This record gives sequence, structure tokens and C-alpha cells, in this order.
Amino acid sequence: MALKLPIYMDYHATTPCDPRVFEAMRPYFTETFGNAASRNHQFGWEAEEAVENSRKQVADLIGASSKEIVFTSGATESDNLAIKGVADMYFERGDHIITAVTEHKAVLDSCKKLEKRGFKVTYLSVGTDGLIPPDDLRNAITDKTILVTIMMANNEIGVIQPIAEFGKICKERGVLFHTDATQAIGKIPFNVTELNVDLASFSAHKIYGPKGIGGLYVRRKNPRVVLVPMMDGGGHERGMRSGTLNVTGIVGLGKACELAKQEMPAENERVFGLREKLRKGIMDEIPDVYINGHSTERLPGNLNVSFAYVEGESLLMGINDIAVSSGSACTSASLEPSYVLKALGVGEELAHSSIRFGLGRFNTEEEVDYTIGRVNEAVNRLRELSPLWEMVQEGVDLSKVQWAGE
Amino acid sequence: MAYSDKVVDHYNNPRNVGSLDKKDPSVGTGLVGAPECGDVMKLQIRINPETQIIEDAKFKTFGCGSAIASSSLATEWLKGRSVDEALAIKNTSIVKELNLPPVKIHCSVLAEDAIKAAVRDYQQKQSAGEAKAEEVTVNA
Repeated sequence: MALKLPIYMDYHATTPCDPRVFEAMRPYFTETFGNAASRNHQFGWEAEEAVENSRKQVADLIGASSKEIVFTSGATESDNLAIKGVADMYFERGDHIITAVTEHKAVLDSCKKLEKRGFKVTYLSVGTDGLIPPDDLRNAITDKTILVTIMMANNEIGVIQPIAEFGKICKERGVLFHTDATQAIGKIPFNVTELNVDLASFSAHKIYGPKGIGGLYVRRKNPRVVLVPMMDGGGHERGMRSGTLNVTGIVGLGKACELAKQEMPAENERVFGLREKLRKGIMDEIPDVYINGHSTERLPGNLNVSFAYVEGESLLMGINDIAVSSGSACTSASLEPSYVLKALGVGEELAHSSIRFGLGRFNTEEEVDYTIGRVNEAVNRLRELSPLWEMVQEGVDLSKVQWAGE
Repeated sequence: MAYSDKVVDHYNNPRNVGSLDKKDPSVGTGLVGAPECGDVMKLQIRINPETQIIEDAKFKTFGCGSAIASSSLATEWLKGRSVDEALAIKNTSIVKELNLPPVKIHCSVLAEDAIKAAVRDYQQKQSAGEAKAEEVTVNA
């Protein structure tokens, strides 16, 4: 099969809608278009039936019951609802929240907003592998702690936290446990009972569903979690999220979850194989390439590496027919390199040199071969252009140089 | 971010990549920026001591495409110019020529700094050389 360019290798940012998902959604735009809250005619009943079928598909994927699924516009809303909803409901019990420095901005900024309102937030640091030692969490919990929120799989470095251990600690201490599982649910096994999770955020577009739809798992038993809603209105979703249900999106999310459940074992094996091929193809050929984050405790499709002495954005330009992303400052509006990589203690110069490859369902072996060739060629060319590479070849220790720009 | 055609052209076909002998008294070397900031430029010029004309210019840059393009363009502009003309090159001219967006203006500033640093290095070498020459005369 001929290689089609450009190649998409940024599956942590978003994924294409699976054609099977799209087909499942299609009739709900024009034919079965009813409002799921219309209780008195067939249009409404059909929409409601579709929604409840999807709710079951989602619940089945994560070992929950249908009634524990709240549909939202996506994981950012779910994170906001979980964190602020818990804070507003349980503030009389305590004012302390624990999270981690490598969380997504949806979590960090929700926590910061609560800090402004008087809540106290502990930001756990991570090791050089990106993992949080469970004892660090245990030691951070006080009798004022009402919520722990730690992501399962990181969106940049793909590192998978020991969520089951965190869940156990929280349960022992009677603290609610939320996990932003946006990169995990549908990608790796996730069971709310085994993990002792009370709240979990997820999104359809990361798992081959449409954008603009996601959900929040909210535990109903042991303990029963109640949230103060952010959206007031018609009392949809057990009063936790008012607003007419996005039936087409919900159907897509449900179908995406069903496919993920069926295909996860085979797909993970295949994607992991591609990732390892890519990793070896790059690291066996190019010297001074470093993996960011734990080498094995990571998502099967994630490869985040730093190419020393080459700036990330210039490398993206050199492989411009392959869509990937970089932790380089130049790719962000803030001119600051990735805060996740900084948290691992990756030197800023290596953070500027990082590339995130995100492999997924529709990548092929040919695409990986092509990518290896293009990356190797671009890195070699840019190193010939790099004064740092030249200095290192001459035996200069870059850490001892007094840089004019510092 | 979309790059201007000129930035892409300089990135794909950088002019005057390479190094001159930094020990040569007629060569001035400017090394500016820092790896932590994501930009390091090395810009070198060879000056004819008689005419004070820049006869050759080379660069190597660690940085984004705009940084590479800014330094590549700078070497193009430097060749054949006098030292005084070189010092008159302003970052705003680089911004204009390459159509750099506001977030990339620092790349052009760095290129201007690199030119100034290279000239300063050359001038220091020259005055050190003259001092040495005088010393030799006195001793004789």
C-alpha cells in the first residue's frame, strides 16, 4: 500500500473518529434526532434509548454501573466538575486537596482556583521517571484532606501512575479519589472497583470517538459521592450536569468504548510493537537520545524522547510531513518549555529538544519505517548545524560553559 | 504556526553553514544565547585587516527554524560589508526580511547580538595583537 502523507502520529492530542463510530452516530443527526428528555413521544424515547445504551457501553468498559456515568462536554469539564464539585460539597469536612505537579492544566487550574477561595492544595512532585511514590501520597494526607486527584496516564510522557495503590490508600483514609483517566480509559485496562476510584474523567476524542463529548464516573456506593453541579438547569444527569444531552456525541462515545473493550488486547499488542520498532529504529541509530519518563510503565503508543543538541521545533520543521508534538518552548505561546518535563528534572536544554510521538489505531508499519528514516535524517542534518554538537565533538563540557544569554 | 517562505527557504537551504578557525587573528567569533533558553548561535566572520571588509561569514545555530533563518540571513548580509556596516545591521531589518511573527522577534535580536559579539571578538584580538607587536618592538 502506498504511503499517504502527512502521517498522523499525535494520538495523545486527538484521534480520528473510527468509521464504525461515525456510522453509529450518523442516524442520530437527521433521523433519530429527538431530545432524550422528551418523555411523551417516540422521538424522545428513541433518543433516550440510544443514550442509555451508550451509558451501558461506557460503564461496561470501566466496570461501573450505568447510573454512575455522567455525560459532559469532555475531560476538561469532567475534571472541573469532579474537583470543584467535591470541594463545594464537602468543604465542611476539610479544606485540603492533593494533586501532582504533572497533572493536566484542567486539574491544576481547577485546584488553583480553589486555592484562591481558601482551599489548601498539596502538589506532589514526581521522580525522574515521572512516577509518584505511593508513600508520598500517604504522608501528604491529613485529617483535613477531602480529595486526591492524580491522573492515571500522562498526556505528554505517557507514564502510568500506580493508581490502584493510590486508590487503596485513599480508601483506607476515607478520602475521595479522582483520577483524570483521559489518556487511560479505552487505552489500557481500567476497572473502578479494582482501582478503588471514586471519580474518573474521560473523553471520546482520545479513543476514536468525536470531539465535544466525554464523561465523569461518579461512584454511587461505598461511598456514595455527591457533587455540587457547575451547570444549573433542567436537572439532567442526576442533577449533576444540566443541559440537553448531546445524543449523537453520546452514541459515538458509547460505540468508541464498545470497540475499545473488544479490541484493546490485540490493538495494544500491535501499537506497542510499532512503538518499540520506532524506539529502536531511532535510538539504535542516533546517539544521545534520551527517553523522558519511565521506560516500561507507560502507554503502549507513547514515545517521548529528547534529541540532545537539536531544538525541538526545528526538528518538527525537518519532519514536517509527520504530525508529532514537542515540549520545546518555541511550540508554546508561553516560551516556557514543558512543565511536565521540567518536573522530571529533565534539564531545560533537553526539554527544548523533546518530541512526543503518539501512535494509535491507524498507524502502520510502513509509516513507522518512514518516520525512522525522516527523523534520523533530520537529526543528523540539524546536528551538523548545531554549535552545541560541534562543541561536544571537540570535547567541550557544555555544563561548564559560561553562556552569554544566561 | 505557519512559517514564511523565506524562513522555510533558509531552513531548508541554510547559507554559509560551518566554522572558521577561531584562533585565526583575522576571525571574530560570536557565541550567544544559552541551551536552557533553546537558542544558541555561533557566528564567525573573517575580516581583511587592510580593508576592514568582511570576506567570509559562517554560522551554526541550535534553535527553532526562525533562529536558523535569522543567522543564515545574517551571514549573507555580512559578506562584503565593512565592520561599521555590519554593526549597523538591526534586528528589525531581519524581522522585516523574514516576516517573523512577534513571538520570534527574539531570534532576530539574538542574530544582531551574534554580529556584535563577533565584531567585538575580532577587535579584541586585533588590539591584543597590536599590544603584542608593540611589546616586541620595545624589546628589540
